[in-house]
Amino acid sequence: METDLLGIVATFILTILLAWPLGKYISAIYTGAPHWSDKIFGGIERLFYKIGGINPKLEMTWQESLKALLSINLIWFLFAMFILMNQGWLPWNPDHNPSMSPDLAFNTAVSFLVNCNLQHYSGETGMSYLGQITCLMFLQFVTAATGMAACAVVFKAMREQTSQKLGNFYTYFIQSNTRILLPLALVVAGLLLFEGVPMNIEGKANIHTLEGNAVQVARGPAAAMVAIKQLGTNGGGFFGANSSHPLENPTYWSNAIESISIILIPIAMVFALGFYLNRKKLALVIFGVMTVGFLALIAPALYFEWQGNPAIDHLGVTQTLGNMEGKETRFGTTLSTYWAIITTVTSNGSVNAMHDSLMPLTGMSALLGMMINALYGGVGVGFLNFYVFIIIAVFIAGLMVGRTPELFGKKIEAREMKIATLIALLHPFLILLGTGIATYVAHQKPDIGWLNNPGFHGFSEMLYEYTSSAANNGSGFEGLGDNTPFWNISTGIVLILSRYIPIIGPVAIAGILAKKKHIPSGAGTLQLDTLTFGILMFAVILILVALAFFPALTLGPLAEHFSLK
Amino acid sequence: MKNQLFTAIKLSLACFILLVVIYPLAVLGIAQFTPNKGDVAFVKVRDKIVGARQIGQVFTQNKYFWGRPSAVNYDSGVSGGSNKGPSNPDYIQTVQARRDTFLVHNPSIKASEIPAELLTASGSGLDPHISLQSALVQVARIAKARNHSTEIIQKVVINSLEKSPAGTPFVNVLELNLALDRL
Repeated sequence: METDLLGIVATFILTILLAWPLGKYISAIYTGAPHWSDKIFGGIERLFYKIGGINPKLEMTWQESLKALLSINLIWFLFAMFILMNQGWLPWNPDHNPSMSPDLAFNTAVSFLVNCNLQHYSGETGMSYLGQITCLMFLQFVTAATGMAACAVVFKAMREQTSQKLGNFYTYFIQSNTRILLPLALVVAGLLLFEGVPMNIEGKANIHTLEGNAVQVARGPAAAMVAIKQLGTNGGGFFGANSSHPLENPTYWSNAIESISIILIPIAMVFALGFYLNRKKLALVIFGVMTVGFLALIAPALYFEWQGNPAIDHLGVTQTLGNMEGKETRFGTTLSTYWAIITTVTSNGSVNAMHDSLMPLTGMSALLGMMINALYGGVGVGFLNFYVFIIIAVFIAGLMVGRTPELFGKKIEAREMKIATLIALLHPFLILLGTGIATYVAHQKPDIGWLNNPGFHGFSEMLYEYTSSAANNGSGFEGLGDNTPFWNISTGIVLILSRYIPIIGPVAIAGILAKKKHIPSGAGTLQLDTLTFGILMFAVILILVALAFFPALTLGPLAEHFSLK
Repeated sequence: MKNQLFTAIKLSLACFILLVVIYPLAVLGIAQFTPNKGDVAFVKVRDKIVGARQIGQVFTQNKYFWGRPSAVNYDSGVSGGSNKGPSNPDYIQTVQARRDTFLVHNPSIKASEIPAELLTASGSGLDPHISLQSALVQVARIAKARNHSTEIIQKVVINSLEKSPAGTPFVNVLELNLALDRL
């Protein structure tokens, strides 16, 4: 375990070392000044502008940017619905997998559209190769780029003194694809190929095992999808078992590459903010707050997984490797627990171990990562969520010292606060309302067959499903029988609301602030890039999340932990 | 709004060509330079495929090393874990039954010597590996079934250890069993 602990520490440090220059690069791209990458990507981007009829120099207001964002998302939704409901007869379906039912197609289309990748199907039996590549993998690229473009609009708004023009949304979107996601995906896919992730176009192989059993071996164009599912905080796997599948994540090294890919861009976006605003210290304070939160979640998680399951200790067997149910031998408890936390703090949602079988308080750490949803967070949107916490913290600090709260020389007034509060409360509202309704239904109809586990753990399964949906995470307590109209439709609605409102809100706040008169900073201005403000931000996050979710966590993981003997 | 929808359609088409046509073809191209040309690494014995290196399979005979329990019974056309929670009483009973079965087949082993990972299901249901400890507790059974000394079987296990930086040493069950068949 010591060796593995060293391994995850090294992985984390390497990620930060890679994220710093990447953040600088992202900042340079969004600034729009001439850059060496123009020579490589400028040609292909000009082709994009020509095909789309876009003038990249034309700056847009925040309202125009949002209209562009929502229109293009609508097109993708219709396209995804068509593919998913017709993949059965469309070409490139070597295993003859069926088309999706309307409710499953709705859930899948929405969940990939909002960068969540909740999967109520299994890749091997539920998707054709055409669907995997043209629909799901396509959305994994463009929805990540959408989040990054929205984040770029907010960056721009934070930098402007007094302006309504916040850059060109289409340019941010295209460049996020061509200059950031695509080159990184090519590198990661290439590395994964050499670790043994398959990339071929043939259907399942029929073989006989050494003991003579006839079995099928699923394969297909996996490597291309696995790379972008990690980089774009999507998480939707090619195979049902996601990154615990030995073809999706075959070795220690593939696991390290994928672990780095999961948090690379979320961390780089924080550093990009520092470079973009030329406030590196502020970026480090924000990164510090996120990292302290991350460590506070992972430390107990590691402890409880290493301890193993007390109920299995009673069987008299030896549990030196910790809680191995749902985990792979080649990863063990340490690498699996690291993954479980990085995937939930970032809204990635891919798994290399089954979260349903985590120890109760490890499951709680995973839940808390998604309840906060801003410790690194999803690509682009993670910072947007954090921005809301910054606004609230600035406002509270203003009240405490009795001055009008300001952010970068702009007064924060009632309208912005209303939006920020609404966003902050929407998240617990959707999770708790959904869980409440589902619990009521499950209680009224005990034989409905949703739950794979009785008691407190069964409650946790439902709580986890809505938390994962509202955080646009996509991981699950997969024992939940969620491919039913109830779950497909209810989580689909939660997914839509919890994606677009938390994008629209921060962009609107930033747009409104950008338009306001700039007040030069003076002696009484609140300094954001200080330890004091960092602690305040941490306290705000802690209080908001604890107040909202503590009762629900008591009923689920905490109760299970104390009842486990 | 109408203009934006048209722009959206045209822009999506351009993205589609780059991300869905060019990118996967590029990855497929790189795959041709890998040892298996992008396919699964199948294992052959006398020109007949007996499995895939990375995919676990069912072993029930006493003369072979057994893998971990699987929620999908090592059906590699699908995949998945048991998703049993740690407090589930049925689950604990299942683990107990697996322990008892193991003790029946390995009478020289005490319960306290069995590693829990040999009684718990993996996440994928296709875990191709077992820990070194899980292999060693099966050595006596296999030695008896094959009429070899335990030292020889033990040597096969040690020779099959995977070179991975992971802290816990482990072996590939299929390769281990093929090595046994070559004895």
